[in-house]
Amino acid sequence: MSSFSVTEPSDRSKWFAGTLVIVYALITMMPLAWIMLTGFKSPSDAISYPPKVVFEPTLEGYVNLFTTRTRQTEEYLEANPPETWYEEIVREYDMVIAGPSKFGERFMNSVIIGFGSTFLSIVLGTLAAYAFSRFKIPLADDLLFFILSTRMMPPIAVAIPIFLMYRTLGLSDTHLGMILLYTAVNISLAVWLLKGFIDEIPREYEEAALIDGYTRFQAFYKVVLPQAATGIASTAIFCLIFAWNEYAFAVLLTSGTAQTAPPFIPTIIGVGGLDWPAVAAGATIFLLPVMVFTILLRKHLLRGITFGAVRK
Amino acid sequence: MAKIEIKNVRKEFGDFVAVRESSFTIEDGEFFMLLGPSGCGKTTTLRMIAGLELPTSGEIYLDGEEISQKPPSQRDIAFVFQMFALYPHLNVRKNLSYPLVSQGMPRAQVKSKVAEVAGILGIEDILNRPVGGLSGGDRQRVALGRAIVRDPKAFMMDEPLGALDAEFREHMAEELRALHDRMNATTVYVTHDQLEAMQMGDKIVVMNNAVVEQFGTPQEIYDKPATMFVADFIGSPSMNFLGFDGKVAEGAGAIELNGQTIGVPRQMQGAAGELVFGVRPEHIGFSDSGGYRGKVLATEYLGTTQIVTLDTPNGELKARLDSAQLATVGETVGLGFEASKVTLFDKASGQALRSELNHEVLAHG
Repeated sequence: MSSFSVTEPSDRSKWFAGTLVIVYALITMMPLAWIMLTGFKSPSDAISYPPKVVFEPTLEGYVNLFTTRTRQTEEYLEANPPETWYEEIVREYDMVIAGPSKFGERFMNSVIIGFGSTFLSIVLGTLAAYAFSRFKIPLADDLLFFILSTRMMPPIAVAIPIFLMYRTLGLSDTHLGMILLYTAVNISLAVWLLKGFIDEIPREYEEAALIDGYTRFQAFYKVVLPQAATGIASTAIFCLIFAWNEYAFAVLLTSGTAQTAPPFIPTIIGVGGLDWPAVAAGATIFLLPVMVFTILLRKHLLRGITFGAVRK
Repeated sequence: MAKIEIKNVRKEFGDFVAVRESSFTIEDGEFFMLLGPSGCGKTTTLRMIAGLELPTSGEIYLDGEEISQKPPSQRDIAFVFQMFALYPHLNVRKNLSYPLVSQGMPRAQVKSKVAEVAGILGIEDILNRPVGGLSGGDRQRVALGRAIVRDPKAFMMDEPLGALDAEFREHMAEELRALHDRMNATTVYVTHDQLEAMQMGDKIVVMNNAVVEQFGTPQEIYDKPATMFVADFIGSPSMNFLGFDGKVAEGAGAIELNGQTIGVPRQMQGAAGELVFGVRPEHIGFSDSGGYRGKVLATEYLGTTQIVTLDTPNGELKARLDSAQLATVGETVGLGFEASKVTLFDKASGQALRSELNHEVLAHG
């Protein structure tokens, strides 16, 4: 018998926990893996039954995602041999590349709107949370409840008034309009999360800074902000994920200049039949920024979730 | 360095009055103790001097200049927090240089100043360490260093030894006092530990329930308490209170306690009704001729002295006697009191009656 410890888990429970985590990870990662694989399949492989796990990879999906193509006459095709590897891929279907697709633009819209609204939510949320945490504000509890109450219904429930309002104000299909909208939805979450984090930071740090000759604002950004980094990082991830993935408002309020990637990707389906590899390629690329952002801030996120549970 | 005057300062938090009209003066270079039980308003008073709270009314003068409504950054006062409040994201050196950087001091000067302070406190070897891993004593030294590094007009210390363990506290108290004697800086020190206050302070203010009970040197406060609260709070064991119903005439040199005549300092204030006879344990002795008698209930041996608990007609009494003095539990003995050291109190108000012993102290307290 190995020695018995109360706090240290036994080998058997470690093994069991490990297996459980791996099984859970496999289940959640399966759709992601499938999307990524499909992005490298040919259209026929993508819809073949039974589904193919082993296949000849091709970049067709990615080429189709980033380009628009037209069918040409045989004379034209013979007179103009393909010059690049991606033109060659298109040639197999007797097509030529007519120009870039709108995906790049839409993707940039997502980046601008997603990160813009996250930035704005964090800046406003941190300042508001700090004020709620540190100053005596009349009716502070009621105000906090009021702020949270904006989350007590699905935001889409107010889609029609917002649609009408945006049309009147000229905010429909603008970057500013979408940034403001996502910020409005995210800010209540940001204020509540960040208030919790800032509450945990002892006031003495700021008081020490005030005594050391700094103004209240200097104390805030030199002492409180570095301490709140963990909370800010995890709040930023939550805000970004919401703004990045939001679909309903994006469909409703954007159609051209400010359209984000989520409403755009499914529209690829309409071009020359069901182009699943292109859709999968779009989804893969769309996933990347949030994945990278989350991995970069992963340490903070983990600490953020358990923050305050145990007194240091 | 500077003189600090507190004039009629009052602080309210909503309906709660944290400090009632309080006045006292801290002389230049004094080590000044604000002493009282928790919630008495001593920390609030300290924070008002530093500018972390603004008084509701009253004035605070620093070197003759009225500062009560100024932000802390314009007061040139340093503050040592109970939990040290070192900036956790900076290392020791950066913690020490922070107050200098805020003044826009050139980098070379900051460096030499930090080195000088580190030398004074003996923390040169930990300058590049993060503050997170430091021991309690080193954190304390860094916190002190951050306070002294910019030569402020005065130091505020909010129970700076409270977070240390008992053994180390003693050592730090000596270090602190030595540091003060070397720099001769006006220091205001908040504590609830009466021993710490007596041991370190030049002057003590005793506060209770948001009011200043007494203000004076440790000797004055110990020997000539102005109120029953002070008499009880200071000293261990605290002053004995024997309640009696009686009358004291102005000019009297004795009182009647349970039919026995007991000497007291010549009284300068007459009183009648419920009174209290206050005597320190060390001013009680066994006396075969003593008419006032008590029964020994318990003895505590403390090495050179012993504390003997006695039951008397006017209540329980603790006497500090030489260990050689024989005291047997259950025995009834005659007691003698050092007449010149006794204080009489009015029970209802808790105020000391003026006598030859304390009239000078009471006049300004």
